[in-house]
Amino acid sequence: MTKAAVIVFPGSNCDRDCKTAIERSTGAKVDMVWHQETALPEGLDLVVLPGGFSYGDYLRCGAMAAQSPVMREVAAAAERGTAVVGICNGFQILCEAGMLPGALLRNAALKYVCRAVGLDVVNGQTRFTAGYAGQREVTMTVGNGEGNFFADETTLDRLEGEGQVVFRYRDNPNGSARDIAGVINIKGNVLGLMPHPDRAFEPELGSADGATLFQSALASA
Amino acid sequence: MKAKVEVFLKPGVLDVQGKAIEGALHGLGFADVSDVRVGKTIEFDLKGADPAAAEAEVKAMCDRLLANTVIEGYRVEVA
Repeated sequence: MTKAAVIVFPGSNCDRDCKTAIERSTGAKVDMVWHQETALPEGLDLVVLPGGFSYGDYLRCGAMAAQSPVMREVAAAAERGTAVVGICNGFQILCEAGMLPGALLRNAALKYVCRAVGLDVVNGQTRFTAGYAGQREVTMTVGNGEGNFFADETTLDRLEGEGQVVFRYRDNPNGSARDIAGVINIKGNVLGLMPHPDRAFEPELGSADGATLFQSALASA
Repeated sequence: MKAKVEVFLKPGVLDVQGKAIEGALHGLGFADVSDVRVGKTIEFDLKGADPAAAEAEVKAMCDRLLANTVIEGYRVEVA
């Protein structure tokens, strides 16, 4: 049986959504891991950093969470090749931890945006997107006030050149540079995205496209 | 010693808060205002007597936590 962990920070609010989404879409066993832990459960195939407002977004979104004891373990697991997905606040945490390039700025229109968005699967060859099997457009939901992806032009060129841009907004909701919604590290095992696959894992939620992401991540384990 | 750190978005990084404040100031009739930038100030006490060493330590704090150097710059004062 595949095994996943959802990290719980003070202020996470999509942790249980993530657990439910992973369990229902993959059948994996999902452990909840508190941010003060200094060890991850044995034999993990996937680590998820959920959405929310860790540490009340103090200082910068994700900045405090990136310094949590558990993040040293998450970085070490990523180094060993374990798949790591950061969703929304989780994406911000991965950027703050230096595990992904770039940063997330306040939305260009200053508004919190909460709605379904169409995404292009720019790179369908990653371990997180292989299951889309040629499906070019997917639908997930965004809910963020600071989802405006930023990196300098050189970094953006490099990300595009190396296939590290995984998802792009079809209709950019927050001003993200080059419509980027999700990026992956160069090694291909750490993905960050602002849209929520955990809010799109059953047709009743308007889309089941998020389930494919979790299924792909665990199928490649 | 007292340390004072000012953190601000780098030039070229869109400061939407600054833009909103600029718009509000124009709305109040302060028409000459332009290029508003919003930053933050972090102050704290620091043990030690060597200002140069303290400044180096505060800069290390900025690089590791207080600022995100992808998007932000900082100024340090130690006195």
